[in-house]
Amino acid sequence: MRYELIKRPLTYCLALLFILLFISPAMPADLKKAVFIPHWVPQAQFAGYYVAYEMGIYRKHGIDLAIIPGGSETPPLDLLKDERAQFGSLWLSTAIEARAQGVELVNVAQIMQKSGLILVAKKSGGIKEPKDMNGKKVGIWDSFKVQPKAFFNKYNLDVKTITQSYSVNLFLSGGVDVASAMWYNEYHTILNSGLNPDELVTFFFYEHDLNFPEDGIYVMKNTLDQDPELVRAFVAASLEGWRYAFDHPEEALDIIIKNLTKEHMPASRVHQRWMLNRMKDLIPLTEAGISGKLKEDDYYRVGKGLKDNGLIEEIPPFAAFYQE
Amino acid sequence: MGLLKKFLPSQLFIRSKPSLAGGRGIAFRLSFLILVTTSLIFIGLFGYYYAFSRQLIEDKIEEDATHLAQATANRIDKVLGATEKIPEDLSVFMEYLTPETEGLSAVIKNLLENNDEIYGTAVAFEPYAYNRDMKCFAPYFYKDNGKIASTNISYEYFSWDWYQIPRELGRASWIEPYFDEGAGNILMSTYALPFYQGVGEERKLKGIVTVDISLSWLKEIVSSIKMGKTGYAFLISKTGTFVTHPNSDLIMNESIFGIAEARGDNSLREIGRDMIAGKSGFARSVDMISGVEGWMAYAPLSSSGWSLAVIFPESEVMADITRLNQRVIFLGIGGFLLLYFIIIWIARGITRPLRDLTEAAATIAGGNLDAVLPSIRTKDEVGRLASSFYTMKDSLKEHIRNLTATTAAKERIESELRLAHDIQMGILPRIFPPFPDRKEIDIFATLVPAKEVGGDLFDFFFMDDDHLCFSIGDVSGKGIAASLFMAVTKMLIKAKAVKGLTPETILARVNEDLSLDNPSMMFVTLFLGILDVASGEIVYCNGGHNPPYIIRADGEITQLEGTKGMALGVMEDLVYKSRNITMKKGDKIFLYTDGVTEAVNQQDELFSEKGLETGLSDLKNHALKELISGVMDRIETFAGGTPQADDITMLIIGLNK
Repeated sequence: MRYELIKRPLTYCLALLFILLFISPAMPADLKKAVFIPHWVPQAQFAGYYVAYEMGIYRKHGIDLAIIPGGSETPPLDLLKDERAQFGSLWLSTAIEARAQGVELVNVAQIMQKSGLILVAKKSGGIKEPKDMNGKKVGIWDSFKVQPKAFFNKYNLDVKTITQSYSVNLFLSGGVDVASAMWYNEYHTILNSGLNPDELVTFFFYEHDLNFPEDGIYVMKNTLDQDPELVRAFVAASLEGWRYAFDHPEEALDIIIKNLTKEHMPASRVHQRWMLNRMKDLIPLTEAGISGKLKEDDYYRVGKGLKDNGLIEEIPPFAAFYQE
Repeated sequence: MGLLKKFLPSQLFIRSKPSLAGGRGIAFRLSFLILVTTSLIFIGLFGYYYAFSRQLIEDKIEEDATHLAQATANRIDKVLGATEKIPEDLSVFMEYLTPETEGLSAVIKNLLENNDEIYGTAVAFEPYAYNRDMKCFAPYFYKDNGKIASTNISYEYFSWDWYQIPRELGRASWIEPYFDEGAGNILMSTYALPFYQGVGEERKLKGIVTVDISLSWLKEIVSSIKMGKTGYAFLISKTGTFVTHPNSDLIMNESIFGIAEARGDNSLREIGRDMIAGKSGFARSVDMISGVEGWMAYAPLSSSGWSLAVIFPESEVMADITRLNQRVIFLGIGGFLLLYFIIIWIARGITRPLRDLTEAAATIAGGNLDAVLPSIRTKDEVGRLASSFYTMKDSLKEHIRNLTATTAAKERIESELRLAHDIQMGILPRIFPPFPDRKEIDIFATLVPAKEVGGDLFDFFFMDDDHLCFSIGDVSGKGIAASLFMAVTKMLIKAKAVKGLTPETILARVNEDLSLDNPSMMFVTLFLGILDVASGEIVYCNGGHNPPYIIRADGEITQLEGTKGMALGVMEDLVYKSRNITMKKGDKIFLYTDGVTEAVNQQDELFSEKGLETGLSDLKNHALKELISGVMDRIETFAGGTPQADDITMLIIGLNK
């Protein structure tokens, strides 16, 4: 009898606890549903979004967000056009191209202010400066060939370009002399394939007047017109997420690793840490936070590059492309 | 005992017991030094033994591990090498045949069926190389639920590693392993090589032939390697990526360089670089999973350029030696403790008699010479010390006994001397004024002996109503003999000074008696006078004595003229002559012995006649007693405490007015 007397209040307490747990984070009735599609796998390149998601920052801003894991099979552009996603992360050059082709994309935040694209070569191959690339085999990504081409033109180089896959194995095995790489991704993969930084030489495009800032947040004009509040909330929450990720890198890495593992992706913490740290290089964090502003000269530099390469006929007007 | 303490200098006695608290005892120092030395030797030996045995084990491990790594690498190479033959043969076929050729598919299917490891094979053509209208053409045969299926690769494969790497390198190549989701998420690797068409100048690349092989067997081979309980092997690809590892999370996810970066372990990175460079080696390393220290032996696979490593956790490898070392240390400590007790025991054995002896010595030093000495019968240094100590104690006891006896004798003699002194003083007139009814004269005298018994004498007595006989003398020498001689002299004077005799006769008679039997040749200076108290006339005779002074009432002080008499007792039949002098009322006659004038001070100066005369002159108007005590004061002041060698005697007689 005594036991029951003791047990019963405990049962009540547990029940109450359960109720509190499930009921108390009461969902605001007016949470707006939205979908975000990053343009690649859930790696530290998108730490801000995943952190904002996991930390409930989107909810705080009134958004019930879903993130579709990116990858080659889910091009954000298609998803945005089909309205399967309201928000997408895209390269600036990709977006300008699409806009020029009539897709009514709007840049609502330019996250990266610097281009992370670099060319990398082994010093043992005798390449020390741009002119040394003459006559060499250079791996170039099909989708990111504007900057390299502009680079070759600028230095008047005659190179043999090879379409590069997503791995750096061709470069590692010596199949190409120069490879394209993301400063935050493939470069570290090369380092972690046993090459030391002092054995490599790097060419940052932004150091050669070819700064094509990359990742930005895009919406279809429709979405923006229908619910500008939602867009504003999404951008604010995303920037907050980035800031939180930079301030709490280990927490951010936990989230990234969790998402990569969920997608059966190689989840190397050191690699993701490198990537997150490089994000800090490319996404300037000031006292006021992350600006998210697209600079007009950056825009026209990229536009001109695309036009010069015949990828677009006209540069779409900046005002229509970018909505602060 | 009290007697002893009285006569031995007090510092001879150490009152406190000698204590060991200030300094450590011999037993402590001895055991400490021996134990420290033994420990150092033990530690040194153990260190050498440990380093040496460790080195032996390490050498053995290096040999075993290197051999194991190499053997396993060879075993894998054999399979991979055999696998390489298939697409090589196929590439030769492809130079002459096309996929449509009758029987080619049968050959390929046959290859797949007969090679368990091979999962699939593809023949991928260069753009438009197969057909001018077809950019991509790549038939692919693969195993599907035990049957051979075929398909065409649907994607544009030209920039894929399996195509691009052999194409750009122009040679066969093992492509980085990957998980094939289509084949049930198994680890695969592709071996790809280019095939050509044409001869000479015309010869050009036509496409790439590949085989996909399952690496499940590889995993089995590698994971079958066990070194002890936790030792294991792993395989990395050309980029350092783990192909097999006990921790499956690492496989295809992580490279050895990533681990090195995460652990901040640069030596691991260097090992990794050696491994992918195709070197074999043996190095210290830490276990990537547990972080445990250990060794790593590695050897390359010559076929694929991958590298196999075997890891040995140090603790396990060294378990035996650690156990042995623990025992050695345990035994060492046991032996050490045993040694400790034995040393303590020995040291105690050596120092116990010393300690007992020390205690006995302390007791003896405290004054107890009857203390029992420990019986030490050993014949070593301690035994000899104890025996010397015995002798010393006995000698000391004997010495003290002698000293006690001597002292007692001396005390006895001294007490007798004191008695003699008392007797001597007793025979001299002591009561002043001696003749209180004779108003016409005053007499005062004093004798301060130099030693207990002196040789000075003085006397005075009435021979008849008017004649006062008075004398003063000084016996040569001091002590008992002198005092006896003095007593004899005084008795003789008293006996010989009969009424009617003159001083010269008295002296002659006294001299006669003294000289008669005087073997020790003692003598006495003697002044004798007879005063007629009525007339004031003094008849006197001086036998070699200091001439007395006459102090006249008017203050004039003169020495009495001498009578040229010799000291008494030297020669018989001496003839003395008397002289006369008359004292008036108020005159005084002052007699003294040479103890007065020859009193010395610390500078060995004499008080002298001059000092005496000055004193008399200054004190002449005082009463007799004060005069004498005044002169005595001056002598004492002059001497300043210097002990005097001679008796000091003064006698004064005054004729009253």
